[in-house]
Amino acid sequence: MGFFFHTGRYFMMLKSVFAKPEKHRIYLRQLFYEIENLGVNSVGIVVIISLFMGGIMTIQFAYSLANPLYPKALVGLGTRDTLLLEFSSTILALIMAGKIGSNITSEIGTMRVTEQIDSLEIMGINSASYLILPKIIAVVFIFPFLYILSAFFGILGGLLTGPIAGVITIPEYIEGIKWLFVPYYITFSIIKSLFFGFLVATVPSYFGYYVQGGALEVGKASTKAVVNTNILILFFDLVLTRLLLT
Amino acid sequence: MIEVKNIYKSFDGKDVLKNISIRFEKGKTNLIIGRSGSGKTVLLKSILGLFDVDSGEIWYDDRNFLTMDQKRRKQMRQEIGMVFQGGALFDSSTVEGNIRFPLDMFTRMTAKEKETRVAFCLNHVNIEKRAFKLFPSEISGGMQKRVAIARAIALNPKYLFCDEPNSGLDPETATVIDELIQNLTHEFQMTTIINTHDMNSVIEIGELVLFISKGEKAWVGTNKEILHSSNQTLNDFIFANKLYAQMRRDVEEG
Repeated sequence: MGFFFHTGRYFMMLKSVFAKPEKHRIYLRQLFYEIENLGVNSVGIVVIISLFMGGIMTIQFAYSLANPLYPKALVGLGTRDTLLLEFSSTILALIMAGKIGSNITSEIGTMRVTEQIDSLEIMGINSASYLILPKIIAVVFIFPFLYILSAFFGILGGLLTGPIAGVITIPEYIEGIKWLFVPYYITFSIIKSLFFGFLVATVPSYFGYYVQGGALEVGKASTKAVVNTNILILFFDLVLTRLLLT
Repeated sequence: MIEVKNIYKSFDGKDVLKNISIRFEKGKTNLIIGRSGSGKTVLLKSILGLFDVDSGEIWYDDRNFLTMDQKRRKQMRQEIGMVFQGGALFDSSTVEGNIRFPLDMFTRMTAKEKETRVAFCLNHVNIEKRAFKLFPSEISGGMQKRVAIARAIALNPKYLFCDEPNSGLDPETATVIDELIQNLTHEFQMTTIINTHDMNSVIEIGELVLFISKGEKAWVGTNKEILHSSNQTLNDFIFANKLYAQMRRDVEEG
């Protein structure tokens, strides 16, 4: 029963979110704020994680493919495809669900328990739309950029780490990066990142918007939001992979 | 004027408001008092439309709030100012930004006009100019309440609601807030409804006092009449405080 209740209420919330805004200019101002708050402020962590993961993947591929029969370029190819297909879209979305998702739930949840949302409602403002719509647009907009950024720095991480670790040379790695490249992988992952961006913005918003109680409940709601967003990301990853890649 | 007629409200089959009828007058500070859990917050939130009542009528002057469609309700809310118990100021905005927010949202004022209106509202609640750029977390509880009052009057509302405006304040600041609300009510001729259990507020500014007990209207009168009340439930509530019990004895002894 709980599942149907939450699903129904989630879609009811989305109906309110996509209602006509009271004043477009104010929403636009909020949108720019959210792009900076949720997007630009995530660039640092995305770059760091991607650089390290690209490097680690390169070393692990080199270790797994340590057979003279395998061409060395396979290390670059493996790193590239793992980054493009899964890491920079799905794994990054899971990480962002933790960073951005908990931020969204705690912000909206705190506004709920301190009556700031009631205050908006009493002023005659559609609080769901005012608070959540700019976040959805901001996150959906920035996720493809974060994907591209992550893929680029992941590949760069491999390029820097491989030669330093002595597992592959720069020409071999670059040859692998170019080898059997399928541009559709990028299209596929950008489509996935749009879906994941929507989930990362809406699911934590839902848990924050309907929180009841005090600080403790806001904390619990943040945890629930991250767990549920992660499960949904993995589920939709499976569905989208089946639909778009096979 | 706000009038409620035969309001009933229940939660999970439990009656919280039972047949409440009252007329809150314009230009007066109307108080709702009662023990914790008596239903006063539910009544306030029902009048505001935050809770849907089971039956009854709520009139804002000649407009029946409950039969309005969502669009008209939304428009009408711009005539309502609300001061929440905790202030409910927007943490991410400065003091100035909090007051400007409803002006940005609902008016076509120029930047200069907004600036003037913000200064007017903040001056009315005695906030100094140096505090305009501070964030809510950087000001005291009393100042937060005053900023909340300034925000509530920003759109020049006809109706002002205050939910326990004195909670968490020292007696001196609480008196300042009471006087401020009463002065603004008289000056702008608003219909003000205050939800409180602060007996100082009742004695100081209770121009009309509604006492609710177990979800029912138990007594209505003024702050002058309250000291002579023969309603036992009301007396048990008010004179639990020894100071007021002594005050009543003094009044009885002339």
